[in-house]
Amino acid sequence: MKFAVLVFPGSNCDIDMLKAVEDVVRQPVDYVWHTATDLSDYDAILVPGGFSYGDYLRCGAIARFAPVMAEVRKAAEKGKFILGVCNGFQILTEAGLLPGALIRNNSLKFRCHPVDLRVENAGTAFTNDYEKGEVVRIPIAHGEGNFYCDDETLARLKANNQIVFRYAGENPNGSVDNIAGICNEAGNVVGMMPHPERAVSDLLGSADGARMFKSALQAFVSQAASAR
Amino acid sequence: MAQQTAAKEPTIEQIAEQKIYKQFGVSDSEYALICEFLGRQPNYTEIGVFSVMWSEHCAYKNSKPLLRRFPTTGPRVLMGPGEGAGIVDIGDNQAVVFKIESHNHPSAVEPYQGAATGVGGIIRDIFSMGSRPIALLNSLRFGRLENDRVRYLFEHVVSGIAGYGNCIGIPTVAGEVMFDESYEGNPLVNAMCVGLIDHDQIQRGVAKGVGNPVFYVGPATGRDGIHGATFASEDLTAESEAKRSAVQVGDPFMEKLVMEATLELIASGIVLGIQDMGAAGLTCSSSEMASKAGNGMELYLDEVPQREEGMTAYEMMLSESQERMLFVTEPKHEEQARAIFARWGLDCHKVGKVTDDGRLRLFHKGEVVGDMPVKALVDDCPVYDKPSKVPDYYLKNGSIDTNRYEQAIDLNDALQKVLGSPSLASKEWVYSQYDYQVRTSTAVVPGSDAAVVTIRGTRKALAMTTDCNGRYVYLDPEVGGRIAVAEAARNIVCSGGEPLAITDNLNFGSPEKPEVFWQMEKAVDGMAEACRFLETPVIGGNVSLYNENAKGAIYPTPVVGMVGLVEDIDHITTQDFKAEGDVIFLLGETKAEIGGSEFQYAVHGLTEGRPPELDLAVEQRLLKSVLGAIRKGLVASAHDLSEGGLAAAIAESGFGRGLGATVDFATNLRPDLALFSESQSRILLSTKPEKAEALAAFLAESGVPVQRLGTVGGEQLTISINGHIAIQAPLNEFRMPWKEAIPCRMQ
Repeated sequence: MKFAVLVFPGSNCDIDMLKAVEDVVRQPVDYVWHTATDLSDYDAILVPGGFSYGDYLRCGAIARFAPVMAEVRKAAEKGKFILGVCNGFQILTEAGLLPGALIRNNSLKFRCHPVDLRVENAGTAFTNDYEKGEVVRIPIAHGEGNFYCDDETLARLKANNQIVFRYAGENPNGSVDNIAGICNEAGNVVGMMPHPERAVSDLLGSADGARMFKSALQAFVSQAASAR
Repeated sequence: MAQQTAAKEPTIEQIAEQKIYKQFGVSDSEYALICEFLGRQPNYTEIGVFSVMWSEHCAYKNSKPLLRRFPTTGPRVLMGPGEGAGIVDIGDNQAVVFKIESHNHPSAVEPYQGAATGVGGIIRDIFSMGSRPIALLNSLRFGRLENDRVRYLFEHVVSGIAGYGNCIGIPTVAGEVMFDESYEGNPLVNAMCVGLIDHDQIQRGVAKGVGNPVFYVGPATGRDGIHGATFASEDLTAESEAKRSAVQVGDPFMEKLVMEATLELIASGIVLGIQDMGAAGLTCSSSEMASKAGNGMELYLDEVPQREEGMTAYEMMLSESQERMLFVTEPKHEEQARAIFARWGLDCHKVGKVTDDGRLRLFHKGEVVGDMPVKALVDDCPVYDKPSKVPDYYLKNGSIDTNRYEQAIDLNDALQKVLGSPSLASKEWVYSQYDYQVRTSTAVVPGSDAAVVTIRGTRKALAMTTDCNGRYVYLDPEVGGRIAVAEAARNIVCSGGEPLAITDNLNFGSPEKPEVFWQMEKAVDGMAEACRFLETPVIGGNVSLYNENAKGAIYPTPVVGMVGLVEDIDHITTQDFKAEGDVIFLLGETKAEIGGSEFQYAVHGLTEGRPPELDLAVEQRLLKSVLGAIRKGLVASAHDLSEGGLAAAIAESGFGRGLGATVDFATNLRPDLALFSESQSRILLSTKPEKAEALAAFLAESGVPVQRLGTVGGEQLTISINGHIAIQAPLNEFRMPWKEAIPCRMQ
């Protein structure tokens, strides 16, 4: 299984995402530059955190126009696995691959600390290693992670089982319905504010995030098996 | 500064007659010397260039004689002071690069940008050596949080540090924040950056090879930060506010691009010399690079990208616009360099040429607008041996008996007051705004004695800390200087590391005052002695003088930034008690030492007397035995006893995991003094019960005084003195004031 980690000017969790793939699932993984025009080699596309283009206009608003995003859209349509974390989540919402938007934390401050997340959907390509209802510990680090959507969208998210993670303890940013991560209707595109790539070993305080990468590999293997 | 055009610039005659140079901090005798070096009177651009190169910030003219007292070499030191940052060997062809720098004055007038650009500047110092920055630290001092302006400064300094570090993607892993009236109006903002490098990648800021082109990379030059270095070298006054334009504006996104491109450029092997444009911008980088190579340099200022129209040579040379670098390569590598920068969306501009005549020559609009000897700019600034005088307060304090205070009876209340003092209280409000985990190598996050960052691909890690207790240094600069180094070493050891070296940030008042100069001298002597004894040489640093406000000088605050090597990640240790039933030991001797303590300040409202003593031989023995015990796997937690003494250390060790403790301390001191004394060279250890005997035996053998205090566990904190309960309450009753002290004041 081959992973791509996208790199935009200003991405800064690209290295962490790459290391997580190497350390957890030991599969081939490449940095893919924002100007790339072909992602057909890759089975999973990881959109890392950071401050793409400085986040100067609105988080993710400029990155969505990068050439590589057209390819990400194609990959999503083909059912490839796509995970956006933090700034990556913001980019996927700006690109219209996921609903809703991320606005400023209600504290108006950047917040960095571990949070408890409840797994609400254990059926996605990135969460099949968890049990529904399980609580996992994964850190956040963001200034604009307050998930917002209108009531209609929220109802749809709920009806389609698109809410993947909710904050189990204190809601750190004011997100609607305590939402920490969502997926698209097909379940192959997941976006979340907490950083699973930062929770891949006990030395980092938690290894709970490692299971997201294992999930992707398992989903890929079973997909390949059923295609055979 | 008002926008100037060439037409409005003072003439050579006006500069001389109206003594305009004085506005730039150049004295009459210095002006005469400049005329001598030039063989004529300087024009406006030249006097500007000289004034920044001869400022305290660039030339260390008041501190050089003192800095020479520091030990700067050692078996592991690969590069000492003089380059962007010092470098220390950590084995296996790897080295650690680090430096601390102040941005005090900019932060006093424009806290967000002042602090942000302080972080940006120190990061450039690290990556311009060819090193990948892996961690940031900071050391901050403010007035009391009851003051509106102080809260404003604190809030925006923290968010400026966060804004820059978070965006560029370097974790801010450790630091310290203290509050005292002394810093009101003149906060201290010191930022430190730590990087990793392979030995063969080390770069120097040298303009090598006569005829080689000089390139400028980074954003265009604007009118911001003009005379920043001079501004940093004078007292803060009511007019300082008007100098807001001397503060630069940071763009961490731009710096991220410049950093990645620069590291790629250096890795390609085509760079001959590179230096960032920090203080004094183009002036300092060009003249220092030429000086180090024994060469000269020509600069073609029309080629310098300009953000604003009609910029003069003076403005371009003195601008401190951020995120800019200067580098030299051979002509044949020009295209390769351009391609690397283009990939990151950056242009580079050929703005000069290396020459062999030892002159810095400036061309603008077809004319030579400056022509100065490089050596005069870089090496020939006069150095002053300032007069020094023992201050009256110091003499007076010698006879103050700090044991005379009425005995504190309610010791629960005293401990709550000490823990709830913002200097000692939890700094979570601060560090939760910093991304301390990006790069996923932070093994010990902020809040313990030192942060620990692992080195990927090895079993090693780096421990790092910043320390300085300004009250101790004020009360006795020599002892306080010694303690600053020793405490940093203790923090490193408590985290499982072996102290390697330090970088220092000497924050003092005006050196023109003999009493302040005395503080500098004594503090440097104390630090130098401790550095020699503990074998932690000074590999670089920064001097920030003229830290004064209407009430006088700040407490002398020579901040120590120390890095240590953790040989194996299994040695990583934190201050938190780990499990119920673990056995607690106190190492070291407790004396009635209350002078300069948090207890004296928080309970009695005073800072007086003499600070605790420090015997370096005792300290060294303690450090060796604790590191030995950690490496043998005998230690579950280790916590340095510092502000707040034994009582605070026991409480703090329990907060992390919510573990109480029951201890009984045998002493012949009065209970309040015993619990809150800040006697040095003491460490609190805990260990699993089955290892307690082995630990006790190991420590006894090393000759360190040891007392078995009690056990970890329960929800209560109970501290007895000689069998009588002195402090007893649920741990949470101590945790709340500690946790809420800063958030409550910042609401």
